[in-house]
Amino acid sequence: MTQTAERAVATGGGRAAAPARHGPGKRRAGAWLVLLALIVAAALVLLPFLIVTMNALKSPADYSSAGPLAPPHGLHLTALKDFWVRVHFGQKLWNSTLISGSVAICAVLVSLFTAYALGIGRVKGRAWLLVLFIMANTLPQEALIYPLYYLAKQLHMYDTRLAVIIILTAIQSAFGTYLLSSVLTAFPRELLDAAAIDGANSWQTLWRVVVPISRPTLGVLMVFFFIWTWNEFFIPLIFLVSNGNQTVSVALGVLQGQRLMDATMSNASALLGLLPALLFFLLFQRTLTRGITAGAIK
Amino acid sequence: MRAARAVRRSTRAPYPLYLIPGLLLFTLVIGVPLVMNIGISLTRWPGVGTPKWAGLANYRDLLHDEAFWASFRHNLTLIVAMAIVPTIIGLVLAYALFDFVGTRFGPRAASILRAGFYLPQVLPIVVAGIVWSWILAPDNGALNAALGKVGLGSLAQNWLGDEKTALLSVAGVMVWIQLGFPLVVFMGALQRVDPSLYEAAEIDGASWWRRFQHITVPQIRPEIFVVLLWCTIAALKVFPQIFVLTKGGPGGATNVPSYFSYQNFFETTKVGYGAAIATVLTAIIVMLTAAFIRFQGRTDDANS
Repeated sequence: MTQTAERAVATGGGRAAAPARHGPGKRRAGAWLVLLALIVAAALVLLPFLIVTMNALKSPADYSSAGPLAPPHGLHLTALKDFWVRVHFGQKLWNSTLISGSVAICAVLVSLFTAYALGIGRVKGRAWLLVLFIMANTLPQEALIYPLYYLAKQLHMYDTRLAVIIILTAIQSAFGTYLLSSVLTAFPRELLDAAAIDGANSWQTLWRVVVPISRPTLGVLMVFFFIWTWNEFFIPLIFLVSNGNQTVSVALGVLQGQRLMDATMSNASALLGLLPALLFFLLFQRTLTRGITAGAIK
Repeated sequence: MRAARAVRRSTRAPYPLYLIPGLLLFTLVIGVPLVMNIGISLTRWPGVGTPKWAGLANYRDLLHDEAFWASFRHNLTLIVAMAIVPTIIGLVLAYALFDFVGTRFGPRAASILRAGFYLPQVLPIVVAGIVWSWILAPDNGALNAALGKVGLGSLAQNWLGDEKTALLSVAGVMVWIQLGFPLVVFMGALQRVDPSLYEAAEIDGASWWRRFQHITVPQIRPEIFVVLLWCTIAALKVFPQIFVLTKGGPGGATNVPSYFSYQNFFETTKVGYGAAIATVLTAIIVMLTAAFIRFQGRTDDANS
């Protein structure tokens, strides 16, 4: 869901900043008030992160005596450790990394091939194919899930990470195709013509001309695919039933659904689930908020 | 001349071959299952054995199923919470951050604040669900504890467990999750607006509200439309949030079509019925997507 939402970010935003109209000198009391109000609002949005961190670091006794709002007395890593051991968190991290990494690479490759045919090859019927791919990306997964579940069982691929990788590669690359096609449509024709004059065939042109020049866009796309797959919930939930195959999101969601965790462990699980996301956010903050632009190619 | 060369190139090079992996995946993972799902929706099938042909019986049942209509009404509330409210707040915030903080305190201050508002967007939905179901928990929850601290203990609720407050609580969480998305898109859009428009308005003595109304909103109208449409589609696909926060409860008070179809598939194993719900949902989303594509085509034409 958020995924769909984030996907649109990828197509918006990111033009050159307009020059500032006011110098920093023009600050009246009103301006400070507005700034203060905005800081308070941002702090309210971030408040849940703070209290989760606070309570993840408490001992259960501390939690039940002082309540959820008091700062922790000392640093108790027991809840974090218990949770880590109980759900084999390291293994879940590996599963998430393996699935997200594979999907990111495969989906970028598939999108690149399809977009090459559509955007640069201008194959017949490309407008309809593009509509097909964007539709594929916005379809509710509920309309695919039961047949996929049934087919996977028939093919003995149910409860395998490979099945999830294949399905998510198809869904992500549908979006990637849509986005990359519009980028490659604007690819400088002179370069393609030059390559053709040098006698390069389409495969060589793809790898020696198109890929090197589009590298920034491809990289951004890979980051997006990785994070979206990492956060994917519905399909991994249905497909990965055995403990050894589950991703971080599925493991957390299932545990939460069983309502077996006490408050500190609940917070510890949220903190551990949040840390990788926070790490990606800090690493790719500019990419995530700026989004992909056709301009990245120039 | 250039077009002629391009045509020659495309007839010589085997471009259609590059479509093979994408089309193969598409057919296998999306095309075939989608058609199968429509087929299943015309049968009665518990998931094992042979499906029994039922024609449109599942769809007729849907028309008379109060639970189905209720799930759609809940989804409307969530569209308000995920599309309309975040768009309005996002617009005001984007304008305030871009036009006010950005120009008076520097773009760095604006982008730090923007990152703060955006952070819930990068969080896995499941984690957001765990965080909020604990904050909103009846005993020991942070919200009720906070209300008690400031002497408003009488307002404490079983936020997610009471039919009266559950849907609104879920809606509140959705606003928190979603807000960063319109904000970021709108801030990007504002950079496109010609600053001389604002300068002229300022010289004319227009108040910030008039500038917002007459310059900001009309100038970034395309982005507003896209964000509204994307968030509406997203709101129709709210499965994970409902799964972790309420499981559609209490008593179906927060059920939505996407979760309702899941229940029919995997809990009550009325697979044909679940498939019918999913098909209706698909039809609505396809119509919205078609609107989106038409709109994009129009603006692309206008821009080129």
